[in-house]
Amino acid sequence: MTVIGWLQIILFCLIIVALTKPLGWYMTRVFNGETTFLSPVLRPIEAGIYWISGVDEKREQHWLTYTVAMLLFHVGGFLIIYAVMRLQAVLPFNPAGQTAVAEDLSFNTAISFITNTNWQNYGGESTISYLVQMLGLTHQNFLSAATGIALAVALIRGFSRASVRTVGNFWVDVTRCTLYVLLPICVVYTLFLVWQGMPQTLGDYVEATTLEGAKQTIAVGPVASQVAIKMLGTNGGGFFNANAAHPFENPTALSNFVQMLSIFALGAALTNVFGRMVGNQRQGWAILAVMGVLFIAGVAVTYWAEASGTSTLQALGLTGGNMEGKEVRFGIVASSLFAVITTAASCGAVNAMHDSFTALGGMIPLINIELGEIVVGGVGAGMYGMLLFVILAIFVAGLMVGRTPEYVGKKIEAREVKMAMLAILVLPLMILGWTAVGVVYPAAVASMANAGPHGFTEVLYAYTSGTGNNGSAFAGLTGNTFFYNLTLASAMFVGRFFMIVPAMAIAGSLAEKKSIPPSMGTFPTTGGLFVGLVVGVILIMGGLTFFPALALGPIVEHLAMNASQLF
Amino acid sequence: MLREIRPAIVLLLVLTAITGLAYPLAMTGIAGAIFPAKAQGSLIEKDGKVIGSALIGQEFRDDKYFHGRPSATLAPDPSDSSKTIPAPYNAANSGGSNLGPTSKALADRLKEDVDRLKAENPDAAVPVDLVTTSASGLDPDISPEAAQFQVPRVAKARKMSEESLKRLVAASTEGRLLGLLGEPRVNVLALNLALDRASAK
Repeated sequence: MTVIGWLQIILFCLIIVALTKPLGWYMTRVFNGETTFLSPVLRPIEAGIYWISGVDEKREQHWLTYTVAMLLFHVGGFLIIYAVMRLQAVLPFNPAGQTAVAEDLSFNTAISFITNTNWQNYGGESTISYLVQMLGLTHQNFLSAATGIALAVALIRGFSRASVRTVGNFWVDVTRCTLYVLLPICVVYTLFLVWQGMPQTLGDYVEATTLEGAKQTIAVGPVASQVAIKMLGTNGGGFFNANAAHPFENPTALSNFVQMLSIFALGAALTNVFGRMVGNQRQGWAILAVMGVLFIAGVAVTYWAEASGTSTLQALGLTGGNMEGKEVRFGIVASSLFAVITTAASCGAVNAMHDSFTALGGMIPLINIELGEIVVGGVGAGMYGMLLFVILAIFVAGLMVGRTPEYVGKKIEAREVKMAMLAILVLPLMILGWTAVGVVYPAAVASMANAGPHGFTEVLYAYTSGTGNNGSAFAGLTGNTFFYNLTLASAMFVGRFFMIVPAMAIAGSLAEKKSIPPSMGTFPTTGGLFVGLVVGVILIMGGLTFFPALALGPIVEHLAMNASQLF
Repeated sequence: MLREIRPAIVLLLVLTAITGLAYPLAMTGIAGAIFPAKAQGSLIEKDGKVIGSALIGQEFRDDKYFHGRPSATLAPDPSDSSKTIPAPYNAANSGGSNLGPTSKALADRLKEDVDRLKAENPDAAVPVDLVTTSASGLDPDISPEAAQFQVPRVAKARKMSEESLKRLVAASTEGRLLGLLGEPRVNVLALNLALDRASAK
């Protein structure tokens, strides 16, 4: 580890904290339906969209209607992606002549993108056309991100409102999020990325004759417009197979730094939106502090592990850390930081191959996802995931002192705690359940690229990433098989929607409750004690659930590595 | 519930048209107008022919060129399309080796490469980036140490002085942005083009 390395990490954290308040202010205005500086341009478009699609923007929805609207929206999104992938051979914008994508891979990819997972069983430049990249993937990057944010806002409204039956209008929230938040940022961001060297073209793949006379086919495409929303919306599905490690998808140290910032920006800002909507910004800062503690701890471990290298490298006298599967322009620190960020949020973009990380360095991304990606988290998903843990922590605190727990003026009762537990238990069910199948079913075992405990970790990581809607991978695992296409799709689907529906039930139940003013007996939720309590609950829940699996994978591999045992 | 059906279809189609077609196509037009060379992929031409991209690594095997990092990219096997064969720096199929820290295959590959490089230049420590594969398999850069390490071999093959080559490497080295972000690096293709120009003089 170096001083310059840590300075890069500190600079990153400072900028995120600095962005949280202004972005939170802006997003609060957007979701409260107030005018913004973009309204003169966007308001007519927005009104036109409501008119043509028959949306009454003044009419709010019950939580159940809101949820059904969200689900209907996803059915349509699924059909569009599936259709364009199956039909890409006969559709335009296909200069590389890609043929129709297989049924199981199209199914997996469609589920993957509507759930904001963006797991890549497809090969980007080698499998799909420009039209699929734009109409299938770029569009769903926007809409799944907008959906996540809309749901988080609906849950926040549950806390901030009192004695009402509605939590907002899904169509209005999604439209406003797309038009006022995501699109304007992406337009500027795309131009920045092209300036850094990212291609944005509909032209053919380039045929080059290298300096030594060999032929090289260079894949290009409308990369920048896709990458902008891929990062901002914490989607993470790459234009290219190598994702953000590809020099066209992440050309410079600066493009890398800004990409990392854009993964966290909206998720962090949502903590401030929460604070503003419940009337006390310190409530938001307390949540960001919980996230910050877990984040810094993760970065420290991964950076240390990658900088230390492996016993294989040390035995050969190779110093400078574990550079297998990393790019020179990012080096150890920017690769480690990126890995922790992308899994803390549910982004899943990678600028280094997690499969080649050291055992402990690769364990942190795994833990980040298993804890529910609540460290900033996916846009929206991180916020409602974190609020579920807050509900549990408040419940635990209430048990300790024997009072009905309350949070930001709302009593937390049996219904909320049951729903929170339901959402949280989905994670281990899908992750551990499918991993158990994956390590014994012969066709699944054949997909492992590495032997020994590392092979186990590859399978564990795949289902963890799928269930957590992350999308990063220990990419050695051959995921494009019938077994993995279907089982991962089920993990992604259940991981997304079986978390959303209980969270929305909580939103509805909270909105109907009366708001009670804080009293002497109210547990203060803006201080260090609260932060420590939530961190503790998250770690205990995650630790008890996943430690045995981690012991079989990365932990035993670390011990084997120290004993110089190879597989 | 029924009145949610119409928005579910129409709103989806409208937003799809905006974000999936209007946005990427408009950005393609604007980016192409403002940054034409970069939007096309930062291509380098020599005598009217494209010889590669400034951002994409290419394979160098000749002793008279500086070599990039090992690449783990693959291509379909021409004799059996269900299999793949190694194809270093295949810019139409990016990817890494994905070998883990306790992989025997990785350990064997590293040992072989380290032994070969030690034989080539016994005086310097082998730089780690010169024996490890990159994440994309298309890494255009090597570390300044990895470039300096190859100076004796290139000098011998080109019959140039080591001093002049070291100066060339130093001139081709890019530092950290603002002294802080990223890592010092040398773009291999740019260095080799500069090398060809220097030899031609």
